[in-house]
Amino acid sequence: MTQLETAAPFLVIRNLTKKFGQFTALQDVSFDIDESEFVCFLGPSGCGKTTLLRAIAGLDIQTSGTVLQAGRDISALPPAERDFGIVFQSYALFPNLTIYKNVAYGLENTRRPAAEIKARVAELLDLVGLPEQGTKYPAQLSGGQQQRVALARALATSPGLLLLDEPLSALDAKVRVRLRHEIKSLQERLGVTTIMVTHDQEEALAVADRIVVMNHGVIEQLGTPQEIYREPASLFVADFIGETNQFEGSAPAPGRFTFAGVDLTCPASTIGAGEKGVIVVRPEDIVLSQISDAPAGPNHFPARVKELEFLGNNWRVHLDCPALKGAELTANISINRARAFSFATNMEISIQLVPERLRAFAAGTG
Amino acid sequence: MRAFMLIVALYLLATLAFPLGAMFFKSLTTYRVDLTLFEFQVDAGGGWGPVATGEALNAKIKAFDADDLAATSDTRLAATKLFPDFSFLAPTKYRIRSTAPEAVFLFGSERVADPDWHEYSGNDFRRVVMRPVLDQGFGNYVRYFSTPSLFYSIHNSLYIATVSTIITVTIAFGLAYALTRSCMPLKGMFRLIVMIPILVPSLLPGIALVYLFGNQGVIKGALMGESIYGPIGIVIGSVFFTLPHAFIIIQTALYIADARLYEAAASLRASRWKTFYTVTLPGARFGLISAAFVVFTLVITDFGLPKVIGGKFNVLAVDVYKQVIGQQNFEMGAVVSVILLVPALVAFTVDRLMQRRQVALLTARSVAFEAKPHRNFDMVCLGYCLLVTVFVVGLLAMCQYAALVKFWPYDLTLSFKNFNFDRMDGGGWDSYWNSIHLALLTATLGTGVIFCGAYLVEKMQGFDTGRGVFQFFAMMPMAVPGLVLGLAYIFFFNNPANPLNGIYGTMTILVICTVTHFYTVGHLTALTALKQMDREFEAVSASLKQPVWRLFGRVTVPVCMPAILDISVYMFVNAMTTVSAVIFLYSPDTALAAVAVLNMDDAGDIAPAAAMGMMIFYTNAFARLVHLGLSRGVLSRTQAWRKR
Repeated sequence: MTQLETAAPFLVIRNLTKKFGQFTALQDVSFDIDESEFVCFLGPSGCGKTTLLRAIAGLDIQTSGTVLQAGRDISALPPAERDFGIVFQSYALFPNLTIYKNVAYGLENTRRPAAEIKARVAELLDLVGLPEQGTKYPAQLSGGQQQRVALARALATSPGLLLLDEPLSALDAKVRVRLRHEIKSLQERLGVTTIMVTHDQEEALAVADRIVVMNHGVIEQLGTPQEIYREPASLFVADFIGETNQFEGSAPAPGRFTFAGVDLTCPASTIGAGEKGVIVVRPEDIVLSQISDAPAGPNHFPARVKELEFLGNNWRVHLDCPALKGAELTANISINRARAFSFATNMEISIQLVPERLRAFAAGTG
Repeated sequence: MRAFMLIVALYLLATLAFPLGAMFFKSLTTYRVDLTLFEFQVDAGGGWGPVATGEALNAKIKAFDADDLAATSDTRLAATKLFPDFSFLAPTKYRIRSTAPEAVFLFGSERVADPDWHEYSGNDFRRVVMRPVLDQGFGNYVRYFSTPSLFYSIHNSLYIATVSTIITVTIAFGLAYALTRSCMPLKGMFRLIVMIPILVPSLLPGIALVYLFGNQGVIKGALMGESIYGPIGIVIGSVFFTLPHAFIIIQTALYIADARLYEAAASLRASRWKTFYTVTLPGARFGLISAAFVVFTLVITDFGLPKVIGGKFNVLAVDVYKQVIGQQNFEMGAVVSVILLVPALVAFTVDRLMQRRQVALLTARSVAFEAKPHRNFDMVCLGYCLLVTVFVVGLLAMCQYAALVKFWPYDLTLSFKNFNFDRMDGGGWDSYWNSIHLALLTATLGTGVIFCGAYLVEKMQGFDTGRGVFQFFAMMPMAVPGLVLGLAYIFFFNNPANPLNGIYGTMTILVICTVTHFYTVGHLTALTALKQMDREFEAVSASLKQPVWRLFGRVTVPVCMPAILDISVYMFVNAMTTVSAVIFLYSPDTALAAVAVLNMDDAGDIAPAAAMGMMIFYTNAFARLVHLGLSRGVLSRTQAWRKR
């Protein structure tokens, strides 16, 4: 590994398995993380993402498998001998120590001169935007401020790896959005390799360089936010991230899909001829237009606007589509476009399922 | 970390499980003189006669009946009894041998177990006694249940405990209700007063009752000819010393009432009584049941009070004492102890199951109930609390007065003569200083052990089975009466084969016994405090490469300081007042104040006993004040973070 130091990934996870008694929390998980990367573990609760993080930290050591960090095998090391900083959902700030002492906690005992510690703490508090707050106690700060302190404390020892375990889940929606941007820009500035566990897909899509989507203890997909969203590798990923309309049917030939007697063009379909499968289309990939100026191309159907839901920046449109055997579809349309053709309930319109945006999954692969 | 855990686990094993096991084993140990194992021959001048077993000789003349043969470890049967025409003046010679190695006879103090004949002259044969053989079985239990004077105590104990429980819980409920649901004045004062009995040994109310209603009592007439020595005295005294325990539990149950339920009842126009029956009582029912079990267990296992005021009314706890100290029958003492353990274990188990269900009552969204002023109701509550105050303070004041009076009831001038303990039997002032010593050691070392144990149970990773077992052991002392624990310690530590035998009769064993006796409450207090700490502190600290002890010292202990102080004052107060756990374990060098109260009372020095009891009260009251001062003063610095 050492001779390839520059090229080798920073964190290498190989065949990681974790069992709690009969229950398998992680099943043969392998992947790499590059230096300075921001990776999110995303998945529903109980999917194993926190277990994976805790295995990397050495807090719950895996049943089998290896973890290499910066070329060093740390598989069996206790947390204190690894090189990471960690931030928890609960902040876990020491309530009886001031903000200053919380941040300085990891710096004491290291034979650093007091002045250096003091300067470092001041620098860190500055970094997280909380200068002059050192003398307060954690309970005197807001949730968002407390989480910044926790971040400063985790970064104090300049760890090679920053682990964030649902750091924003306990915060209000607005604070959450603001803080995630701050975490992201801080991470870019410091270049510290970061792993964040979250169940909030929006959060993951917004901050991550790459996302590890997990379910039932295995990795469903690993990719950039765009890949995950645009090209979900499985029905689970498609379903879990963003919203979908789904149709069950079969493929008469590659690139074709038959649903309720209707033929769809689906160039990306990998379903073999004669096999069954599911086709998925996102609400924003259904193009709505007035019947009169419907564009040319395949996958056109007449539909009726059944209900409109105002989302602020968008309308959510619930559609009745008799041509698709009365299937209910959900589409999104921007406020401006809706205004352009005076959209209203019960209106008869034309819809197109954009062929290149359709994703097809063979039955049993989701 | 695991090694440390193992040490604390071993501590509980050695100070709790093993002694109890030893006691149970002892209760199954029987002694019997087995006459079939001894053989005799007589030479009345015409050569040796036929060999006869002791059994055969006894069958003819019935010198010993079954009761004589069913023995204790001290039983010695004279061999001469088997020969009705024995006379030490006759020239007859006797031979004796034992046919099994366990059959032992004594010649004078010489121990013989020899298959060869031993020959004695008539004069020497007088000094031959047969010793019992040891056996295992339920013989002791059979004997216990076939002796009415013994097993009737079960009935007495259950009767006393039931009556005391009903009365105490009723009074405590009234008190808690008045203090949580009314706007009467002086609530703080009443809360302090109702706690007083915790600060004194349970036998002190007994002494006060003797002065009030005894043969020379101040208001003896109030009993209308009934004697205070017996069930009446035990019940009144039990109500006194269990009242604070019941009050704390019921008050907590009433505190957590959800105001929204009362608003709902009011909006449905329910009357005050209907609200009481449909909202208040059901809400407090787990608290009431829990309080009832606590009181029941305290009364049935208490020994000091019935000893002082029980008269001829036998109860289980006193039986243990009588069997062990009075008759030196350790096996029977163990039997009564095992029987005493049963109701305590049942009460403990049921209570645990109840508390598990109680948790569901509290939800985060509950709104705290706040009483509204209501003149008539508040006055009734105040009157009721004053009555209880008269009862509690009255008994204590009587003790104080009796302690200061020169010679009751003939010379009522006041003096400190009764405080001159060195002139009485019971250990003198030394016993008082011993108690302080014990209490301080228990409060410091005990609190340390308990807190570390709780920390390991709560914060250690993995090793789940070990933690489960540990938790079980930590809960067990609550179900073990002090007297039973003390007796178990005799069997375990006084065994010469035990490597810990050396601590028997020292202050060490008293400290260990007291810590173990009161372990559970301290453990639960520590656990509650530790549970409120973030589970991830250990992980954060490890990620910052700090050793566990540093987190423990800088964060865990300071944050839990209020709980730690609570535990230590609890241990201190109980170490000062306990009698039952240490009564079998103290030595002349380690006599204790509370035991001195008992012994002086036993010797008829009732006034000095009252005086020593009051010394314990003042000491504990002082300890409480120190605790309060520490909590307010020192903690205001370390707990500054609690303020926003």
